[in-house]
Amino acid sequence: MSMQEWLETPPYSLSSEEKRERLNLQLRELTRSHYERCGLYRRFLDASGFDIHLDFSYDEIPFLPVRLFKEYDLKSVRDEEVVKTLTSSGTTGQRVSKIYLDKETSSNQTKCLVKIVSSFLGGHRVPMLILDSSAVIKNRQMFSARGAGILGFSMFGTKRCYALDENMELDIDSMKSFLEQHQGETIFLFGFTFMIWQHFYKKLLVSGYRPDLSNGVLIHGGGWKKLVNEQVSPEDFKKALNTVCGIQEKNVHDYYGMVEQTGSIYMECECGHLHTSVFSDVLIRRPKDFSLADKGERGLIEVVSILPHSYPGHVLLTEDEGMIEGEDDCPCGRKGKYFKIFGRIKNAEIRGCSDTYASNFK
Amino acid sequence: MIVQPADIRILYPKKIDWDAFFAKKATTPFDIFCTEMLEALSSSLLKDPQARQYPDVITFAFFCRKANIKKIQEQYEREEHRIGRGCLFHIAPSNVPINFAFSLVAGLLSGNNNIVRVSSKNFPQVEIIARHIQDLSSSHASTSRIVLVQYDRDNREATDFFSSHSDVRVIWGGDATITSIRRSPIPSRSFDVTFADRYSFATINADAVSEDAVGKLAEGFYNDTYLFDQNACSAPHLIVWTGDRKRIEQVRERFWNSLHELVAKKYEFQSVMAVDKLTAMYRQAAAMEIREERTKDNFIKRVMLSSLNDKIDEYRCACGYFSEYISEEDINEVVPIVNNKYQTMSYYGYEEDRLKSFVQENKMKGIDRIVPIGHTTDFSLIWDGYDLIRTLSRKIQIL
Repeated sequence: MSMQEWLETPPYSLSSEEKRERLNLQLRELTRSHYERCGLYRRFLDASGFDIHLDFSYDEIPFLPVRLFKEYDLKSVRDEEVVKTLTSSGTTGQRVSKIYLDKETSSNQTKCLVKIVSSFLGGHRVPMLILDSSAVIKNRQMFSARGAGILGFSMFGTKRCYALDENMELDIDSMKSFLEQHQGETIFLFGFTFMIWQHFYKKLLVSGYRPDLSNGVLIHGGGWKKLVNEQVSPEDFKKALNTVCGIQEKNVHDYYGMVEQTGSIYMECECGHLHTSVFSDVLIRRPKDFSLADKGERGLIEVVSILPHSYPGHVLLTEDEGMIEGEDDCPCGRKGKYFKIFGRIKNAEIRGCSDTYASNFK
Repeated sequence: MIVQPADIRILYPKKIDWDAFFAKKATTPFDIFCTEMLEALSSSLLKDPQARQYPDVITFAFFCRKANIKKIQEQYEREEHRIGRGCLFHIAPSNVPINFAFSLVAGLLSGNNNIVRVSSKNFPQVEIIARHIQDLSSSHASTSRIVLVQYDRDNREATDFFSSHSDVRVIWGGDATITSIRRSPIPSRSFDVTFADRYSFATINADAVSEDAVGKLAEGFYNDTYLFDQNACSAPHLIVWTGDRKRIEQVRERFWNSLHELVAKKYEFQSVMAVDKLTAMYRQAAAMEIREERTKDNFIKRVMLSSLNDKIDEYRCACGYFSEYISEEDINEVVPIVNNKYQTMSYYGYEEDRLKSFVQENKMKGIDRIVPIGHTTDFSLIWDGYDLIRTLSRKIQIL
């Protein structure tokens, strides 16, 4: 099946058998093609003793730890074909992932994202309120995964307004006039989970300003680590937002995604489940032996995507823990697996003469 | 009056007079008061039920027994006119609880006064030994040669202070710690004894491994590796097999199976280790020809080398990750890859003469210890190529 046909498949329409068959074919082909085109990937697969000539299924494909993208330039295209390089967020001193995109991969990422997000926002573009500061885009130093995320999702907005000013303070005047202009319309809200909590929710709470966002649909990502520290659960998060701006809890959608597989993100549905689309899958691995975990069993998250054509990132092992909650039977009606995330695995406390073990792996 | 900087916790003694401590004279090595104190420490530790819960504390107590110290002392009998350097500042590693005590003993036996910085993590082993030293302080004056301190590694002022008073700094904890401690100056006449990051390997002569010896061999190997998360500098990362091909295959299979049983039973496996080892495998695959060995699970991860690579010491991982090499000839095959990072070669099945000629003929830049498998972590006063008694004392020339 051509990529074009794939991308025309409604994102949550395939049942497990159908999807499995299609993924097997597609990922087999993709694995062979990366093996041909990427020297490092070939070395990796040869070392693991994997035979690309067999009719393997996609859960048998060796998964690369995402960390490898921080250490190696993994590319399956010639340098002159690279049109864009994505990097992960990272604080100073930390190494960042580098993801090389060619025209095809980049355009497929966009198409895929449109398909997935449309299932939640509807088929057309709407006014967009960005729950962040415009400085994130303007300031090149701050520009990172956060900026890229905002830009990526901006294609769903007709008019755009930033809820925060350059100093990360609420820009109430801008919001008021923006919401007045678009009364009665669906408003697309976008931001990063912790930023929303810290700079939008908390500040609205003290300001006394209560914008009417009952027509709002929020998509947010970036992870829960900092909110777990503040003991805020996803339910608390939704309730709190509802209190300050009237957004309906069912219209608050978290997403799980990573720069290594941009486009094929996992969206949270109205029932609070993260969903795999037809473009991607999630497999849970037991840390003890990497065998596949049962439904309801916690393990390491492996992510699979059909999009990576220019770099061998189609089958990856993350450092997050998660659990499959079900497949094809979510009450929201979307097919595919739905799952839950517990966050990053703990760093090991290990013994030994050298004090530096932990820092080697940051 | 000398006053210590802020934020230093003194575990021993209860009250310190720095002027008096820094003015204290050194002694000759194996000073009788010191050896008596160590003997007393040994027996009081061995009687303490709480101490008995910690095998490393017991190993330490055994090391300090009269008979053992006497045996070591005998090797230095003809040393005349030696005196300790004065004041030693020991920086113990953060993750091996008992190491500080061995470093301290080396300092005492060589005739010095000792300030020991213990790990900023609160290990019960440290508390126990400090308590026993405290108990001996009224009956043994040599305890006044000991100061145990604890402070945050970012406390530069504290390191500056102790460094400025030290005749020798003994720095454990590897390259990064050494670099960081060396930012604090020491007096011109002083020097550092450093224990840098090292690489270690094992070699097994399969022809010499009998059927019923495999279990014991695996147990010794477990203690060399998993007991300290394969992160002690003496822990092997590479295993070189020698002997008859067929025999090697038989022994290897039984050896790894026995080790697996031990690991499954005793080792606390953490999820992140699975990811670390897989990453290490691909990292190594990017750099050299390897083939992953099929194993049941992630408790032991092994790769087979098609040749010995001189960069092999850079491709390692903690917590049970091993490179294997099947030698075409014999142990001489490792000679070209040995650099000065190599510390311990542990072995099974070689005659002493063979090992001696291996060292003498090849004159390698590395390998400071050749010890039987199972004994790589045994402490000795000869460590990393240093004779600690001689290094930490002065020899006075009388003509």
